[in-house]
Amino acid sequence: MSPTNYLLLSALLFAIGTVGVLVRRNAIVVFMCVELMLNATNLSLVTFSRINGNLDGQVMALFVIVVAAAEVVVGLSIIMAIFRTRRTASVDDANLLKY
Amino acid sequence: MGVPSQITAAALGVDYAALAPLLILFVGAIVSVLIETVLPHHRRRPVQLAVTLAVVVLALAAVIVRATTGAADVVVLAGAISVDAPSLFLWGTLLALAIPSVLLLADRSIEPGGVFLPDPEALAAARDRVGALAGGGSDTGRPGAGGSRGGTGSGDGGPAPEMHTEVFPFVLFALLGMLAFCAANDLITMFVALEVLSLPLYLLCGLARRRRLLSQESAVKYFLLGAFASAFFIYGVALLYGYAGSVRLSDIAAAAAGPLRSDTLLFGGLALIVVGLMFKASVGPFHTWTPDVYQGAPTAVTAFMAACTKVAAFGAILRVFTVAFGTTALEWRGVLWAVAIASMVIGTVLGITQTDLKRMVAYSSVAHAGFLLIGCLAITPAGLSGTLFYLLAYGFTTIAILGLVSLVRGGDGEAGHLSGYAGLAQRSPVVAASLSFCLLALAGVPLTSGFTAKFAVFSAGLADGMAPLVIVGLVCSAIAAFFYLRVIVLMYFSDPAPDGPTVSLPGPMTTVAITLGVAVTLLLGVLPTAALEWAGAGTFLG
Repeated sequence: MSPTNYLLLSALLFAIGTVGVLVRRNAIVVFMCVELMLNATNLSLVTFSRINGNLDGQVMALFVIVVAAAEVVVGLSIIMAIFRTRRTASVDDANLLKY
Repeated sequence: MGVPSQITAAALGVDYAALAPLLILFVGAIVSVLIETVLPHHRRRPVQLAVTLAVVVLALAAVIVRATTGAADVVVLAGAISVDAPSLFLWGTLLALAIPSVLLLADRSIEPGGVFLPDPEALAAARDRVGALAGGGSDTGRPGAGGSRGGTGSGDGGPAPEMHTEVFPFVLFALLGMLAFCAANDLITMFVALEVLSLPLYLLCGLARRRRLLSQESAVKYFLLGAFASAFFIYGVALLYGYAGSVRLSDIAAAAAGPLRSDTLLFGGLALIVVGLMFKASVGPFHTWTPDVYQGAPTAVTAFMAACTKVAAFGAILRVFTVAFGTTALEWRGVLWAVAIASMVIGTVLGITQTDLKRMVAYSSVAHAGFLLIGCLAITPAGLSGTLFYLLAYGFTTIAILGLVSLVRGGDGEAGHLSGYAGLAQRSPVVAASLSFCLLALAGVPLTSGFTAKFAVFSAGLADGMAPLVIVGLVCSAIAAFFYLRVIVLMYFSDPAPDGPTVSLPGPMTTVAITLGVAVTLLLGVLPTAALEWAGAGTFLG
């Protein structure tokens, strides 16, 4: 199968993630959509690594995985903190700061 | 990075002298984390403060030694980090800005116990567990909208609550990320550095003691939008890797100059990377997080973030534009003209309508990001040195302003609202005069650093054939002067409200931080030559 198909799949996953961030309300789901975007990127990196014939892309995918893990730690702790004070994780309810 | 055959022993040999500032910060940050685990709670703050300041000063000394001895520019760590003249200037700026920021963060005089105290409820629960106290500070209900006033500030006989000393390692790690970000010579290093600088900042924003709901909300917004923007950035990196077969900036430039390849990948990748970078620099249409986070975060954190993140982000933008995309500039510059204009207009127009001083500073930073972008788009040595000088000047002025904002306090914390500044000159002439001076610097009045910086950036833009952009910039500066002057008029020509906010007497640390900011603003306005020369000392090394 042509590697281009994987690039298209990756673009599709990235688009799904983007739309998810824009339309979903729950902070956890929004965050999951961001993770989907990062993983779509990983697929791209690995595919390009195959197309280019060098290993850089695979190494970069590992970096992205590590960064994503660190982001989960920080992100979930922030969402936990706001959930404790507000009893909700909806991003629409966090509306004290505006204008 | 390169294919294995390219990695030779020489390329892997680490130039420790060139990397010294990064290594000092890294070791310092780890020591700081260890202190957090080893020392008892009440002894941490002075030790952490001393260690943090020592680490920052040492790193700054290392930068100055390297810059003054005229060591050759090198690319170290197999092409990952480029230690060249702009890197050294940016590192020096970041570390110099970090000193007043740390002093503001550590100050406990304005708010008893400091800005970063544990949650009053958690504190009360802990006290109940210990059983040491009866009724001290546990009388707060669930925090209502707008935040709670905990019972922590009262001298109720118990041991004074200690601040969250985690802020110090956070600041050191964020600084490490910033230094690596503006010196990164390949895009994956830039991505990792972007996260290293962002993650501690997300956490710092949510640590405020008062107005906890606002603070946490700003942290959530910053985090979700920041993660969204870094996802765009890394997808752009993937596309550019597909284009050039390497993520090293100079390889991308070489590939663009070589035989024809897919323009879709090149410009798609550039567009996505630009989204990520512009987000961090709070430019134009990607600024949506800025006002909320500036307002919601503790003011000392806002000062650190506003000054240092801008320096790091624009350093990276300059490097990417110059090294990787300098050769294709004609094809993409038009689009970024639109971004720069959008940024200046949005910042100026929305800045006029603001009623909260911190939000006004935020919109002013969006407008300033547009001015800075003019300097970045002029891909010339003059544009480079102008932008670098602008970053130095803007950083110190912003820290001074936010330090002054933290002094004006109403019943429940900082006044913030512009009406609280009415007649401030009668209550405290010194604070009002300093704030006026800094606002004039932001407006770009001569004899302040703001004028020199704007002049350097605009003249570089003009010389590079961007006259329309510079005209928009001048018009926006003129309009923006209105909302800076409005605050000054309010402070000097109206009567203070009888129950209005008071001006706290700053402790030594805040005083030093504010004085430093004001002094540098004045110095760079009167005698800019030395700094301008250092900013123009050299260009990027690919």
